[in-house]
Amino acid sequence: MTTIAPEKVEVGKSLLGESVPRKEDRRLTQGQGVFVDDIKRHGMGYLHFVRSPYAHAHITSIDVSKAEEIKGVYGTLTGEEVASLTDPFFQIASEPGGRIKDFSLAVGKVRFVGEPIVAVVAETRELARDASELVEVEYEPLDALVDARHALETDAPVLHDDAGGNLMWEGVYEWGDLDQAFAEADQVIKIDELHFHRFNSTPLECGGALVEYNRGTGQWTIHTNNQFPGFAAIMMGPAMRCGLDKLRFVTQDIGGGFGNKITSHPQLVTCCLLSRKLNRPIQWTEWRTDFHMSMSHGNERWFRDTEVAVKDDGTLLGFRTKALDDAGAWLRYEPLGGVIWAQVTPGMYRWRHIRVDFTQVATNKAPVSPNRGYSRMQHLWFTERVIDIVARELGLDPVDVRKRNYIRTEDMPYETPNGCIYDSGDYARMLDIALDLIGWDSMGEKRRDAESRGKRLGVGIGSTLDSGTNNFGQSRMINPELQFSGNNEVATVKLDIFGEIVVTLGTTPQGQGHETTASQVVAEILNCSLDDVHVRAGHDSYWNSHAGFSGTYASQFAVTGLSAVKGATEMLREEIKKLASVIFGGVPVEALELAEGGVRIKDNPEAFLPFMACGAIINANNAGLPEDLGVTLNCRYVYRPPFEVPDIERKFGNLTLTYAAQIHVAVVEVDPETGYYDIVDYAAVDDCGKRINPQIVEGQVMGATAQAIGAVMHETFEYDEDGNLLTPNFYDYHVPHALDMPPLHTGAIESPSPFTPLGTKGMGEGGGAGIHAVCAAIQDATGKIVTDSHNPYHRVWELMR
Amino acid sequence: MNVAVTVNGTVYERDVEARKLLIHFLRDDIDLTGSHIGCDTGNCGACSVILDGTLVKSCMVLAVQANGSKVETVEGLADGEQLTALQQAFTDHHALQCGYCTPGMLMSATSLLRSNPSPSDEEIRKALQGNICRCTGYWNIFEAVKSVAR
Ligand code: FES
Ligand code: FES
Repeated sequence: MTTIAPEKVEVGKSLLGESVPRKEDRRLTQGQGVFVDDIKRHGMGYLHFVRSPYAHAHITSIDVSKAEEIKGVYGTLTGEEVASLTDPFFQIASEPGGRIKDFSLAVGKVRFVGEPIVAVVAETRELARDASELVEVEYEPLDALVDARHALETDAPVLHDDAGGNLMWEGVYEWGDLDQAFAEADQVIKIDELHFHRFNSTPLECGGALVEYNRGTGQWTIHTNNQFPGFAAIMMGPAMRCGLDKLRFVTQDIGGGFGNKITSHPQLVTCCLLSRKLNRPIQWTEWRTDFHMSMSHGNERWFRDTEVAVKDDGTLLGFRTKALDDAGAWLRYEPLGGVIWAQVTPGMYRWRHIRVDFTQVATNKAPVSPNRGYSRMQHLWFTERVIDIVARELGLDPVDVRKRNYIRTEDMPYETPNGCIYDSGDYARMLDIALDLIGWDSMGEKRRDAESRGKRLGVGIGSTLDSGTNNFGQSRMINPELQFSGNNEVATVKLDIFGEIVVTLGTTPQGQGHETTASQVVAEILNCSLDDVHVRAGHDSYWNSHAGFSGTYASQFAVTGLSAVKGATEMLREEIKKLASVIFGGVPVEALELAEGGVRIKDNPEAFLPFMACGAIINANNAGLPEDLGVTLNCRYVYRPPFEVPDIERKFGNLTLTYAAQIHVAVVEVDPETGYYDIVDYAAVDDCGKRINPQIVEGQVMGATAQAIGAVMHETFEYDEDGNLLTPNFYDYHVPHALDMPPLHTGAIESPSPFTPLGTKGMGEGGGAGIHAVCAAIQDATGKIVTDSHNPYHRVWELMR
Repeated sequence: MNVAVTVNGTVYERDVEARKLLIHFLRDDIDLTGSHIGCDTGNCGACSVILDGTLVKSCMVLAVQANGSKVETVEGLADGEQLTALQQAFTDHHALQCGYCTPGMLMSATSLLRSNPSPSDEEIRKALQGNICRCTGYWNIFEAVKSVAR
């Protein structure tokens, strides 16, 4: 493993930019984390779901009586009960998808294999599972729709009669002047069909919750690993006909999320209803097979009839394509994927004329939800495929085509054709570093060496963006009725009675080290040691440190979370000075500074007030303080990024605040006899602006790389023609293990964002760079155009036939 | 059925169903929740523990099979506040993110280093191939283990 880090400019000793060890690790390396399944309550019942064995069927009858008769079974819940106790979930979609009626359990009909129909609660996990087998469900099977490309045909089975067909959402995005671009073009490159496959990040911990209902207050406490409680709350409250104050979300440690734990609100509603019905805490932990069958697949997408307008020298003018997106059976976060991709409309390139006809349909497969790189990854894979296909058709070097067309550092901040503002970056330099890391100069030799061993060597580039900090106003492009815009995050920082600095975050980290990086920011501002800063682990909506968009998703903590921490800590610093100014008998605040765990008068080492004294005075010894002091030492700050509501008509505006970049280069060796290939070398270069903790950033880059390698080589949620999932567990769904990892070189540059308080950019998703790079490398090695994002060995073999 | 299992030096006697998995016994019956569950097919290794000196996936062992045996779990690694060199190395090398796989990884690596204190890179990878990590890409885990190999 090689690492190239940017040069450091030393300006005094700063904690920002130091790879300090993580605060979280002490508990996690000792098995003392608290994950959701670790939480237990007296008398709790274990929930198990009865799931559909059919992809598409009418439910003609349900009989739970045999299950309920068993000793130790506490009770059940059916779809019919859900339909009377709750309202359908609010739909983000406008017409026609907006008309579908989605409940937490199937009502009247099942629409994918694994869909929950009945919930059974019993004294033990095993008993709940056994009893669920005694639930009798009669079905009338219907034809299943598995291939989204047939969804809009007149004889296709229809999932949702309410929607009048399988079309869920469609929209046309067009910017620039396509006619002019194609008229100016020397060549028009046509690509019939590109396919981005279905997979997800499969966090090692599956979904789960422990839900308690308090009869006295009518409130539910939901211990869960849902990673976006703000979203779950706005889905659940209206459906359950209760105010959001009745839903308390608590998380501590979460075993990976990657977006896949955003849409567990249906299961949480079921747990809530049962805890009230049975008057006992409900414990639900999903089994791996359940997770694979029913939660959060990534969006499968086709790009059809693509046309690219180019000059002979490789200058890209524009493209048009028809994107067809498979949402699965329900719209649980969709059709937001129908606009999220537009954050990175031109990818990293300067083409100005772009048209995408976006269509999203329902199929009899598990519902999709955000998955690391959500919706942008699909689009960025497409743009990278286009670049390599164009280069091949024009006989040009993919490196040259990229460099010719990359948005240049002198163009930054750069306004894209659809109004997004790329804040900073130097893509060409990143590519040079990445190429250096894999020894680009000696590639000819390596090719010959591979050939001498009967192998074919290929090099591929993946250039991607990790757009972060959403402007939720973009949701109005898919439904003008929606009243969302902007973004926000909250932190509180207080000085407690013995001088403890206590920080609460609105976020729900799943391994991103928020306790550590937040401490770095606080300690830097208060000029104290990291050990003095105590960041509460996890999220609790009782803490008053959250806002509507709180959570951990979509590459934003380094911007939203840390800016909130910075704001709150600066407020606290000013309050401490204000208090000290009074205590020191009216010394002006400008004459004060924070240092060594207290506040002091500059140039007077005698006059020192430790934080402990400040905390004690305000909290417990405050008689005689001036009435108008206005100091609580308990500061709450809401960070709100500078956004405007986008222009819905033109589909134009800045959709995210920051645009981190990643450039990956993969080197593969393909065996032409069998299609087997190895990644023999790999480089990942990252630019996420100012890095608060480079080691944590590098960890995110590595994780995203591993997931991308898994996706391109092995991982796929594939269904047979009847709608059975062929990869419902880790046996069939191969995720990379220790022996699968190629050699890795990492590098980084820092182009601070001019738009964020700390110069940081959100990062972590990685934009699927590894998928793009490996696809390109296979194309280079085989000389055949790669049209699919999933390339197991047999597909490579077929490619070469 | 009555079982007596010694876990991290303490004997636990419980009445368990014959079909209860060792991982559920550890997590639910004696409340040692450090060992985790990540799959239902024996593929992920999040549940790895050392049973009478041998590394096992505790979801592949019945609690009754562990009757009379000695089990070591992640909770037993540190000596009070003193982390083992391997635990410390995981922190130093940023070998964990969410930490869900970490207990299993630590047990697998501990078992490796006991039987082979100077493993090669290849031997480290082989020893960890039964443990899935979805966050780190493994590279930092290899570095951590390597750093404590003699
Ligand atoms: S839970 Fe034991 S191997 Fe996955
Ligand atoms: S650190 Fe999350 S699974 Fe390994």
